[in-house]
Amino acid sequence: MSEIILSAKGLTKIYKQRTGKFGFGTKLVKALDDVSIELKAGQTLAVVGESGSGKSTLARCLLQLLPADKGEVFFQGNNLANTSGQALRDLRRYLQMVFQDPFASLNPRMKVGEIVGEGLLIHRLGNAEERRIKVLRMLERVGLSATDMGKYPHEFSGGQRQRIGIARALVLEPKVVVCDEPVSALDVSIQAQILLLLKELQQEMGLSYVFISHDLRVVRHVADDVVVMHSGRIVEQGGVEALYSAPREEYTQNLLKAIPGRAKQHSLAT
Amino acid sequence: MSELLRVQGLTVTPANNPSKKLVNNVSFTLQSGKTTCIVGESGSGKSLTALSVMGLLAASLTRAAGSIQFLGNEITHLSNHELSHIRGKKIGMIFQEPMTSLNPVLTVGFQIGESLTVHLGLKGDALKARIVALLEQVGIPPERANAYPDELSGGQRQRVMIAMSIACEPKMLIADEPTTALDVTVQAQILALLDELKTRMNMGMLFITHDFGVVADIADDVLVMFRGEIVEAGSVADVLYKPQHPYTKALLDCVPDAEGKKQLKPIDYAWLENAALEKAA
Repeated sequence: MSEIILSAKGLTKIYKQRTGKFGFGTKLVKALDDVSIELKAGQTLAVVGESGSGKSTLARCLLQLLPADKGEVFFQGNNLANTSGQALRDLRRYLQMVFQDPFASLNPRMKVGEIVGEGLLIHRLGNAEERRIKVLRMLERVGLSATDMGKYPHEFSGGQRQRIGIARALVLEPKVVVCDEPVSALDVSIQAQILLLLKELQQEMGLSYVFISHDLRVVRHVADDVVVMHSGRIVEQGGVEALYSAPREEYTQNLLKAIPGRAKQHSLAT
Repeated sequence: MSELLRVQGLTVTPANNPSKKLVNNVSFTLQSGKTTCIVGESGSGKSLTALSVMGLLAASLTRAAGSIQFLGNEITHLSNHELSHIRGKKIGMIFQEPMTSLNPVLTVGFQIGESLTVHLGLKGDALKARIVALLEQVGIPPERANAYPDELSGGQRQRVMIAMSIACEPKMLIADEPTTALDVTVQAQILALLDELKTRMNMGMLFITHDFGVVADIADDVLVMFRGEIVEAGSVADVLYKPQHPYTKALLDCVPDAEGKKQLKPIDYAWLENAALEKAA
């Protein structure tokens, strides 16, 4: 049994939605309804669900990018929900995020070297030369080169930008990385490259991933444990093999049945 | 079964750069009652192939060579006005983004009725009855005819798009990534609906996708495109389970399976190019 590195207890987040004529009415939408998860050190916890299930809200609440209305998030014995200011900033070094859209998540007016090095600057890690070397090593590790440091994000393809996003998150040597749909905007050949890169980095750096995805085929490949979400609630959770081979809840069963190509593959293969 | 579409030697280039072949010497046929999937990565030319068939290429692109026959008639020399009698009437179209393809200030019933009025001259009660029948066919309660697009879910909007595209009972339906923006369960419903309509109306369907799972679900025949060319063509069982071309094999090795048994392997493009050179030599 490995140690729990990040856990959430009873997370609840309620959004107000304007309704009716001119938006005078309001409706409360529970984006997260009493959600509790546990991430084991060095492993990958996948959160799957359809749009509107609350999986991205969960990602943001875990990292305190969005304040939850209720509930606690524990990281190495610290309750992040009670932490703020400098103390939270110090912890954030160990909690990083890789975003979905590699076209929207990189500042177009900053050079790649600045984007990747910004975290080191904020956390005052090393002097200028040490920072430059760290950024360079990280870029090389994700498959980019020294000359790329002086380029702007628009000069790169989608897959390369996702590599920059990964380098930006990992240069701080975090413990936990929340990946919010990191491959859903990519072609399948690029997707395979990025998934393998994430796996290698996980082993090298001892990372723990929370992997948010709507793609059940990708999740099958990356996850150790899986949480299935629907309308802000956890429908089912468990080890990836057990959950895929014997889903208990009807919602999970329907979700697995809807994986494209799955029903027909046996008749086609023969 | 009869031949609906015959494309031969289709080549598309930018208007100002005739040597850059975005679609290169593409040939295929489509039969009635059958679905042909064009599968490929972004930039492979799959969408340009579909747009060329409909004569909807952007002004910056040009069809440099090739013939396109629809029901035995060459349609490449037709004017835009002449093509507009075919598009929407004999060839239906569905696109990826159901929100941007619908007009937000018109009710969905009105938008479905538009092509019926233009192409078939339907009016009044006959038009209303046909709109109700179409909505029922795609599984939307008929009273939703008065709804605006923003009042519908993504899946319902795509159903409205399908109702519009089959309104005039076209011989052929061109669907460009129609389920890419949808959740998996909704995607499964839309694919089943398209398949059912295809069979019931004996349409030919040209279906563009990048998802091999979707291909397995819906295709009879498959064309694999890579850098503007068709590298492999065949029945769905052959292409998915007995691929011949190195690119098809490499691409299939990248696709994660729901059982997690497969070892993912990214494409080695340098190796692929060497293999192509050796083959050519």
